[in-house]
Amino acid sequence: MTARRLGLLSLPLLWTAVFVIVPLLLILKISFAEAQLAQPPYTPLFQDGALAASLINYSLLLEDVLYLRAVSNSLLYAGLATLCCLIIGLAIARAVTQAPRGWQPLLLTLIILPFWTSFLIRVYAWIALLKPEGLINAALLWLGVIDAPLIMVNTGFGVVLGMTYSYLPFAILPIYASLAGQSPRLTEAAIDLGATPIRAFWLVTVPLARPGILAAGLMVFIPMAGEFVIPDLLGGSATIMLGQTLWTEFFSNRDWPLASALAVVLTLLLLVPAMTLQRLELGKASR
Amino acid sequence: MKLSRVNIATLAFGLAFLYLPILLVVVFSFNASKLVTVWGGFSLHWYRVLFSSSAYLEAALHSLQIGAAAATLATLVGTLGALAFTRLGRFPGRQVLAGLMLAPMVLPEVILGVATLLLFVSLDIERGLLTVMFTHATLGAAFVLVIVQAKLVGLDPDLEAAARDLGAGPVRAFLLVTVPALLPALVAGWLLAFTLSLDDVVLASFVNGPGATTLPVRVYSAVRLGVSPEINAISTLLIALVSVFVIAASLLYKRTIVSRN
Repeated sequence: MTARRLGLLSLPLLWTAVFVIVPLLLILKISFAEAQLAQPPYTPLFQDGALAASLINYSLLLEDVLYLRAVSNSLLYAGLATLCCLIIGLAIARAVTQAPRGWQPLLLTLIILPFWTSFLIRVYAWIALLKPEGLINAALLWLGVIDAPLIMVNTGFGVVLGMTYSYLPFAILPIYASLAGQSPRLTEAAIDLGATPIRAFWLVTVPLARPGILAAGLMVFIPMAGEFVIPDLLGGSATIMLGQTLWTEFFSNRDWPLASALAVVLTLLLLVPAMTLQRLELGKASR
Repeated sequence: MKLSRVNIATLAFGLAFLYLPILLVVVFSFNASKLVTVWGGFSLHWYRVLFSSSAYLEAALHSLQIGAAAATLATLVGTLGALAFTRLGRFPGRQVLAGLMLAPMVLPEVILGVATLLLFVSLDIERGLLTVMFTHATLGAAFVLVIVQAKLVGLDPDLEAAARDLGAGPVRAFLLVTVPALLPALVAGWLLAFTLSLDDVVLASFVNGPGATTLPVRVYSAVRLGVSPEINAISTLLIALVSVFVIAASLLYKRTIVSRN
């Protein structure tokens, strides 16, 4: 039993230690270093046998409005897009559960299919749609709804729309799973007792689906808060999010310690949501 | 149950929202005009441009190599992890290990990207195709773990015990009973890990080196410069490739279920 235990555990354990635990500890370590023009571009943590930790990166993050704005932008846009995903996700998931049983697998496959096509291509598709000379503006101008093109790219609207679109399938699946597990008799009973269908949905169906809705919200919020590609392509200078700041510090400014400190801050921000999500998911797997 | 009008409208709008943008990319990849909003007639011009560009072809080859290797490694690590978590009962540190193994799935990509890059730099490992492959395998393993574990939980452990009773050794019983039952999950996990690798921009940007550019990284730098018909063409090819994969996988999955029943 012990030999078998070791045999099964050795590779996953070793892998996780090398590629997850050590790298995360390295981020923590280097966030206390200072940038320097050398290879590697940061100062060692121990110099001449003494601890040379510096809090300069963290104090910089607290002082500079730029970083605080990146934090608030990340929370704001990820929060708004999560809300959109949940509302649209609930509507679609409910419509799927109301469809005839035989259709449901097909509908779900159709919903997941876009998730399999490249993320980058899906975001790219929206640039072609949203830009001033893009298809939406061309159509609205042709219809005479607007006189001048709407500015949709390089705005918060573009970022929220892009994130909602990209992460929507992730939100629909857990919500569908929790709605499909409910007996339709519960809603019927509420309607028999005088509730309108919409009231029955809000008072019976939604509260019962709360774990699924919470899981869906966390599942999309966490990656969105650290998103880089979408705000970079659809947002502008006013919508900079944490992932972009980290990217710029790392690649443009080559300030690895500051980028590491940003990664630590982002991890801390997402720690509670991530642990809640894991508890929900692990609970489901062990049930 | 019949669908009400509201539900039909919701589904129609939902599916249109999900599919129209992709469809437009495909349609405009056959556009003769260089303008993205004006239809200038059907043409395969942009595909010709694409296939004469060695940079794209080389990047595509890199992506396929990395994807296949990373998916295979991820399936191995993730499956072993899933077996450990479902078969070994409780052992000290189980929750923590599970949390850390799933962390790459939950953490934003920028964090995993910086973290693994710092690992390779501090070990003085030169960045290239291999470093991208290992990083992608780490991400894929978390997803494989979830998929295989879900399948293992639903699997009756008595089946393997019965095989043992009938004289099979532990390895034989595992290979002849458990592995075939897990096969759909293994295939699904491999495909998911492969697609994740084929799709990744962020991790690859951090850990790749000169001469190890992957297709998404190449496409990304082109997209940053603006919309172009060339990117529409390459997107269409990728969509076609993935569709073939997904349809094949779902047919395979269905067949294994049907043959079992």
